[in-house]
Amino acid sequence: MIGIIDYGMGNIGSVLKAFEYLGIKAFVSSSPDELKRAHALVLPGVGAFGDAMSNLAKNGLIELLNEEIIEKKKPYLGICLGLQLIFEESEEFGKQKGFGWVKGKVVKFNLPEGYKIPHMGWNQVWTKGEHPLFDRIPSGTYFYFVHSYYASTEEKEFEFATTDYGVDFTSAVVKDNIVAVQFHPEKSGRIGLRFLNNFFRWSLR
Amino acid sequence: MLAKRIIPCLDVKDGRVVKGVNFVNLRDAGDPVEIAMRYDEEDADEITFLDITASYEKRGIIIDVVRETARRVFLPLTVGGGIRTIDDIRALLNVGADKVSINTAAVYNPHLIEEGAEKFGSQCIVVAIDARRITEKKNEETLEMYYREKGFSEMWEEVRIDNQSKFEVYTHGGRKPTGIDAVKWAKFVEKMGAGEILLTSMDRDGTKQGYDLELTAEVSTSVKIPLIASGGAGNLEHLYEGFTIGKADAVLAASIFHYREFTIREAKEFLKNRGIPVRL
Repeated sequence: MIGIIDYGMGNIGSVLKAFEYLGIKAFVSSSPDELKRAHALVLPGVGAFGDAMSNLAKNGLIELLNEEIIEKKKPYLGICLGLQLIFEESEEFGKQKGFGWVKGKVVKFNLPEGYKIPHMGWNQVWTKGEHPLFDRIPSGTYFYFVHSYYASTEEKEFEFATTDYGVDFTSAVVKDNIVAVQFHPEKSGRIGLRFLNNFFRWSLR
Repeated sequence: MLAKRIIPCLDVKDGRVVKGVNFVNLRDAGDPVEIAMRYDEEDADEITFLDITASYEKRGIIIDVVRETARRVFLPLTVGGGIRTIDDIRALLNVGADKVSINTAAVYNPHLIEEGAEKFGSQCIVVAIDARRITEKKNEETLEMYYREKGFSEMWEEVRIDNQSKFEVYTHGGRKPTGIDAVKWAKFVEKMGAGEILLTSMDRDGTKQGYDLELTAEVSTSVKIPLIASGGAGNLEHLYEGFTIGKADAVLAASIFHYREFTIREAKEFLKNRGIPVRL
């Protein structure tokens, strides 16, 4: 079973619906006890970094994540905020601390004239190598994005893909059992479903 | 590179698509879920439902339509039409809409934009603006008194039409003038927290003469949030102009796709050959 973490940040129903559509067993919960039973965890969400961290902390979910993902090495898929939160800090509304699983920080787009914010729509994801999550998804494939902040990874060895929006930002991170993407696979049509299916297959390895 | 988006819009009345879509082998030309699935297969970038249900009792039907669509179509889904309250917004987001588009209610209660953005995030609040060119004939009917009575006097000063104004905001499906300047209104809704603007030229809507490019470019360049152009697309050249001259980030089109004059893929191929970045 895939556990989808509900922490009051945006519409996470679509991630559940996508797994259901694929015939993959998944559930949504905010309870650490329930989520512990999952073999893999997904952290979706859109919204403010600070609110996300305080909501997670309030429900004991940061401890849960550290136990399940860092100690037990369960597969993790972070989507959008779920990518940003794995870094050390965000500059959204002052400095906010993240999980610190990967070195780097989350910063606001500072773009030349003519660029719209949020970065909203379909953009290309340029991968740096091969990974089971990108099986039959070539480098340069379009995925759907919606965000105003982006991650800048310091440990380049974990930066698996980048996307160009005035700046080349980190659009996918891969570090052992941790995978995180800035785009929304659950909103990226058939290619997004393929990505989620790939995650499920990889999570069973 | 960020692709320019092509968004088909389905007018839904009492849970059925009006102006039925002529897809080949479609079992039910009026079923919004099936039509949305077809557009997904054709690589539409998003889907928009415009609920034009008139009777209050039947308004709940759109909720079921959205729920069913969100189970089978994994694209960004926007729903507009008749949204008045935070509860209306919540109900649609809960069943799987990604964005809601607010039009008349935003004009009558600008705080709805602010509250919606605070509660659900700017990315799900689209403000739809219906605009017309201001003609010589002076429009006496404005919302000035309404704004003053509601205690919105400051807002009124910010958005009212002045001597320089070229475009006026209309409500109620383009029937009622407001006395509000469309460009000022766009800047104002951005400040209130809107995440995107859906701009329709009521002069061009249904004419197939192309988007009002001057209106589109003026609004698009005066805000930082993405702009979707709508109203008047009759051929693929019009889509191209919407992006180049109109500086739109996305185009919304109904009839040219519904009647299968062009498929979405044909539109994208045309645009790609002309140098517009699209997802194919």
